[in-house]
Amino acid sequence: MSIARRIRLGRKRRRWYIRAIRRRRELDVVRRRAAKMRAADNVVISVLRNEYIRLPYFLRYYRDMGIEHFLFVDNGSDDGSAEYLADQPDCSVWSTSASYSGSRFGLDWVNWLGRRHCLGKWVLCVDVDEFLVFPFCDTRPIQALTDWLDGSEIRSFGTMLLDMYPKGPITESTYEIGQNPMEVLSWFDSGNYTITRNWDFHSLWIQGGPRARAFFADAPRKAPALNKVPLVKWRRGTVFASSTHNVLPRGLNLVFDDVGGEKACGVLLHAKFLNTMAARAREEAARNEHYEGAREYQAYAEGLEGLDLWCTWSEKYINWRQLEILGLMSKGNWA
Amino acid sequence: MTVGFIMMCHEALDRASQVARYWSDRGCPIVVHVDARVARRDYDALRSTLESRANIVFSDRFKCEWGRWSLVQATQAAAGLMLDRFPKVNHVFLASGSCLPLRPVEDLIGYLDARPATDFIESATTEDVPWTKGGLDHERFTLRFPFSWKRQRYLFDGYVRLQRRVGYRRRIPSGIVPHMGSQWWCLTRDTLSQILSHPRRAQFDRYFKRVWIPDESYFQSLVRLVSENVESRSLTLSKFDFQGKPHVFYDDHLQLLRRSDCFVARKIWPRAERLYTAFLSPNAQQGNRAEPNPGKIDRIFAKAVERRRYGRPGLYMTSRFPRKNHENGLTCARYTVFEGFGDLFEDFPDWLKRTTGLRAHGHLFAPERVGFADGLTVFAGALSDSPKLRDYNPEMFLTNLIWNTRGERQAFLYGPRDTVRIGSFFPRDPNADILVISGAWAVPLFKSQRPFNEIRKEAARLQKIENAHLAYLRNSWTKARVQVWTMADFVESPVEPLQSIIEDVAVTRTNQVNEAPRMVDLTGFGQFLQSLRNEGMHPYLMGDFPADPRPESEAPRPRKPYVAR
Repeated sequence: MSIARRIRLGRKRRRWYIRAIRRRRELDVVRRRAAKMRAADNVVISVLRNEYIRLPYFLRYYRDMGIEHFLFVDNGSDDGSAEYLADQPDCSVWSTSASYSGSRFGLDWVNWLGRRHCLGKWVLCVDVDEFLVFPFCDTRPIQALTDWLDGSEIRSFGTMLLDMYPKGPITESTYEIGQNPMEVLSWFDSGNYTITRNWDFHSLWIQGGPRARAFFADAPRKAPALNKVPLVKWRRGTVFASSTHNVLPRGLNLVFDDVGGEKACGVLLHAKFLNTMAARAREEAARNEHYEGAREYQAYAEGLEGLDLWCTWSEKYINWRQLEILGLMSKGNWA
Repeated sequence: MTVGFIMMCHEALDRASQVARYWSDRGCPIVVHVDARVARRDYDALRSTLESRANIVFSDRFKCEWGRWSLVQATQAAAGLMLDRFPKVNHVFLASGSCLPLRPVEDLIGYLDARPATDFIESATTEDVPWTKGGLDHERFTLRFPFSWKRQRYLFDGYVRLQRRVGYRRRIPSGIVPHMGSQWWCLTRDTLSQILSHPRRAQFDRYFKRVWIPDESYFQSLVRLVSENVESRSLTLSKFDFQGKPHVFYDDHLQLLRRSDCFVARKIWPRAERLYTAFLSPNAQQGNRAEPNPGKIDRIFAKAVERRRYGRPGLYMTSRFPRKNHENGLTCARYTVFEGFGDLFEDFPDWLKRTTGLRAHGHLFAPERVGFADGLTVFAGALSDSPKLRDYNPEMFLTNLIWNTRGERQAFLYGPRDTVRIGSFFPRDPNADILVISGAWAVPLFKSQRPFNEIRKEAARLQKIENAHLAYLRNSWTKARVQVWTMADFVESPVEPLQSIIEDVAVTRTNQVNEAPRMVDLTGFGQFLQSLRNEGMHPYLMGDFPADPRPESEAPRPRKPYVAR
């Protein structure tokens, strides 16, 4: 990487870092459990809006995984999400009515909370429809993973976002509050992902899956990115650059081996395509607060009615070992 | 006779204390060394729980740092204390605070009593071990290492470079042959006291002080001076990964550890509650007399290291994206590319499937749509038949296809009409078999009813593409197995090459070609080529096709070719 580009990237990182600090004023404390937050080593940071129906299972899933504290930013929910979260014993909640797109899709808030409350902690930054699967997650808690990463002097953990979908039309699936979304969305595409290097951030750029197949077949370049680095050991100056796809400093993006080996990595199960999605897509398309003018949501709003992503070659989700055999994740040298 | 344990602790002191109490309850004396960097409060807490026991003593604390002399110093102090305070101890077992006994102490005592004069210490000369990291093997003993590798990496590396450049070499004290091995040993009282009270100890200590990682070489080298009975293996099950860090055991390793029959394992994750409960509960362990057998664990960890270093060939994913020429296999399985066969024979994929059992696709890279076998619109791994999606990244389309169909051999048609870019990918792949009938692309043109000047233009374009592709196939970095026939040669005697192809690729064993694919009627093809020539377009890839009609190409169909074997 040329020196000029390095300097530019460094400048970018500092700009986002300062920007995050300035945006702290947009956040109002709803509930801060400072002592618990301080004591925790593994925390989740999440930005959400009107996700009440998903929250109970989300919390249960990550509590079972061993997450000790949750930091939520509620961006103007009116369905009681913030109140529900504020009542939880292990959640700290901030609220804001500021623009989602104006805060770089919530990243400024995440970067600030990381900087302010999570220095030296392992931060898992996920949306409430993303469920982390890592090697041995059925027998080992996330502390085992982060202890191992610490011991191996690794500071970030890479994943691929795996879009889950139901069998049959999306609008006809039903999801009950508290239910495991993978019971409804149990299918995924196992082997149609394309990868290129993103040299700007030293990361990979993964695309493909059912969204590329169904919505972006004519413009594959525009298909959403699926590479994510959601689990990061937070230091002063760490910032998420574009969603959790890229982190800066860019060394944190080197979650892959480029001389043939496999590093340990996981999968984020993406439970986006619930029946609630159709209404959501229309709303988000109108609200226009998402990436590139909510381009993605516009595509969904138009094409979701009666859409069935399932095909004969879809795989039914079983567990992480299945994903590892299919080559979607790897144990690396963790055994 | 009994065995005494030295415990080197620096973290998870509650677990260390749990293990110490377990051994102490069973009458084994213990010397505990706690790293001087551990907080006073934690140390005091540990002391207060253990001090009341007569068979546990605490040794002087040293500030231990990985790879440095202080570790040996701490061990020496603890070992000296052990020999002084517990005269009944015959074997001294060096363990760490994250060790866990897997078998009852009585087993270990019985095992050692049966071998009262044996020293269990892994000890090999530097020439014979593969496990050294960072390229420093013999140099550990001949250079000086005053700087910390962990904290002063820059100085460490610089000083090594400097010494290499000026050709500095330390003199190894006479009589010492450098040996290395696991730092976890079990030595007899006799050997240990000889090492500690050796008349030249001061000299040895001075030397090893500046050796790199002396805890892996001090006792390992000196034991060879004083002991006649060295069994070069460690009684502690401890595995190292490719960075030289110990593998960690978790709850889900319980059965593996049980079946290993090793005495002590390292290192255990402090929160592995199930392991600690299972192995430290008073009546959990059944005594047996088996020899330690860590084979299965060895294999699992060796596999993990291999996966980390080489990965699964042909897989591209979140954590494995090799740059060019580091792929360790572009694809994961063998496949066959047929170029020109689809043009020359009318039903080639079907015929191929019938006779060989291959998964025979059509033109996978056709511009109209992906020609999956059986006209499928989606294929393994949910690959779409959209040409745009495919051409967005044709290389990964192919590697995905091959990965998704592991265990089933694939074949597909290719030609100059198809996506050009992929034509420079599979020739680099040792898994590819490429069979080419050059010039066969002219046949569909010949059969088409398009205006002749269009045909002429198209023929020129396709010939140019195929010629470049053929040149690519012939260059030196092609790793695929390539076979090229000109169309003229192939048409002359089609059955022999078909027979050899079938023998080569057949999955279902049919040794005889008893049914040839139906060749396109080529009457007038020579004349067609001649017309192209007359138009100034020179078709040469087909070879020398006679301009006059070939009477013998009008063979009756279905013909029954005869193959001499």
